[in-house]
Amino acid sequence: MSSSSSDGATTGSAVVIPKAPGRLARFFDGDVWHSFCNSPMAILAAVIAFICVFCALFANWVAPHNPFDLASLELIDARLPPAWIEGGKSKYLLGTDDQGRDLLSALMYGARISLFVGLASVFVSLVVGVSLGLLSGFAGGKVDAFIMRVCDVMLSFPSLLVALLIDGLGKAMFPNAPDALAYAVLIVAISLSGWVQYARTVRGSTLVERNKEYVQAARVIGVKPSRIMVRHVLPNVLGPVLVLATIQVAFAIIAEATLSFLGLGVPPTSPSLGTLIRVGNDFLFSGEWWITIWPGAMLVLIALSVNLLGDWLRDALNPRLR
Amino acid sequence: MLAFILRRMGQAILVMLTVAFVAFMIFQYVGDPVTNLLGQDATPEQRIQLRKDLGLDEPFPVQFARFIGNAVQGEFGLSLRQGRKVSTLIAERLPATMELAMTAGVLALIVGIPLGVYAALKRGSFLSQALMTFSLLGVSLPSFLFGILLILIFAVTFKILPSFGRGDVVAIGSWTTGYLTVDGWKHLVLPAITLSLANMALVLRLVRSEMLEVLRTDYIKFARARGLNNRAVHFGHALKNTLVPVLTIMGLQLGQLIAFAIITETVFQWPGMGLLFIQAVQFADIPVMAAYLLLVSGIFVSINLLVDMLYLVVDPRLHVDGKAGAH
Repeated sequence: MSSSSSDGATTGSAVVIPKAPGRLARFFDGDVWHSFCNSPMAILAAVIAFICVFCALFANWVAPHNPFDLASLELIDARLPPAWIEGGKSKYLLGTDDQGRDLLSALMYGARISLFVGLASVFVSLVVGVSLGLLSGFAGGKVDAFIMRVCDVMLSFPSLLVALLIDGLGKAMFPNAPDALAYAVLIVAISLSGWVQYARTVRGSTLVERNKEYVQAARVIGVKPSRIMVRHVLPNVLGPVLVLATIQVAFAIIAEATLSFLGLGVPPTSPSLGTLIRVGNDFLFSGEWWITIWPGAMLVLIALSVNLLGDWLRDALNPRLR
Repeated sequence: MLAFILRRMGQAILVMLTVAFVAFMIFQYVGDPVTNLLGQDATPEQRIQLRKDLGLDEPFPVQFARFIGNAVQGEFGLSLRQGRKVSTLIAERLPATMELAMTAGVLALIVGIPLGVYAALKRGSFLSQALMTFSLLGVSLPSFLFGILLILIFAVTFKILPSFGRGDVVAIGSWTTGYLTVDGWKHLVLPAITLSLANMALVLRLVRSEMLEVLRTDYIKFARARGLNNRAVHFGHALKNTLVPVLTIMGLQLGQLIAFAIITETVFQWPGMGLLFIQAVQFADIPVMAAYLLLVSGIFVSINLLVDMLYLVVDPRLHVDGKAGAH
């Protein structure tokens, strides 16, 4: 990040410099890429995350069965153990659930829903948080005081509790909501609990950047404040936000799973990983552990790999640790 | 300093009023509790009678004013689902949640602090690397999943610990405790471990990083130069200075424990307030939801207030200028 900020400063001061190499080339030559190549943990996490995302994204083609195709479900095949255990069928590699759905396929479709909700809520909270943080840091005064008060209040409650309360209220408000609305409520609930972190981080860095020379220079030549905010300050405060967003993806996916597990999350017709775990929980005592364990393992795998990536990114972007 | 405390208290009251208002306003437009209670087949007369009995036919400001007045006295009316007083319901459930949260908190401290100290002192050793990975796992593993795993291992496979409920409890006045029976302890083990896992990981990481920070300071070097042995330096000087931030965070975490108890209680069917709340959400039981929301907000706000004041007492640097709350 530091290299791009100095680039911005020199181009801004009208000195003729030779044309910089393309963004992609700079990225592969940069510190971040090198540190990635030197961190086996980060590579492993990235590979796992990539496989999960790939399977989720292309579940229609990758999955051996379509768990939502009611015609292909056979109740005789319900609650079959994984293929390598006595009684399992090779047709269903990881076994089947109580309705005879192939668990491996259900996992892929479920991961798609989990990832969708997770990424969507991180995106919403990122946009809201970064905008408010930028505004707060740049405008200062009463606007700043008000936004920060709201942040203080939000921060005094744990974010999972906030998401739970909002989603619970939403569920109670629209008891027979169509699926789209249920998703919207869920995404709003998770993102409302997460935006504060972005707002505070961005406000902090904006306060620092606001007084730097390139901002003053832009101001002197008469650039509009809104343009300074978006074109000059924003790119320079995004580093920490990137790290935060990565870690928040893991949090959002876990939050979604938790809410779905409690019966508040996604509609039961399109089971996410959390819903699958909730269903499997009822069969725990009759010995059908696989209905719970596979979605759980998938969830942990995704969350862990994203967290590891976030950890690595934080170190890679932190110039003090280099 | 007095001004600071007063300002914080004013803020706390404002937060509570906002929570009360938001909760009440939303609850006004939530589902139809009458249908939930009577079912679809009730006659219109029955409905009107029930609305009257529950006070649902009065105008909004009257209902809100009465709500606040009653809430201050701890009175939240009747549960729409169970037809019993909400205050009684909560009073019945409160001990279960409090004992669970307290046990989990203590467990997190007595396991987390020593492990954190170890990870800081033996930095880079295999075991402390493993501890750090474990703590990352503690963050990535959702608590409900961890609970399910524990049930699968200890209750289903080995059948050595019970997986739901509180077991035998002893009533002391209006407080029921599971601490006094063997059965109560057995029931407490799995939920308490589940609830404490995330906190344990947090304490471990916090103690480790604070400890590393403190070990770098001059007075530690000076203590070593004076010829104090490792034990005196590590535990007499370093750990003591590490504990202030740890205790502060743990104070704040106590609120977290009570909130996260919702999840643990659902997994283990622990008869606490969290389970009451989840059941209330599923039945749109407005008074119970309102009471829980206000109670939890109250707990959070008071803990925050206490921690703020504790800062003033503990950290003398904050006395110097009046802007103690600025950071």
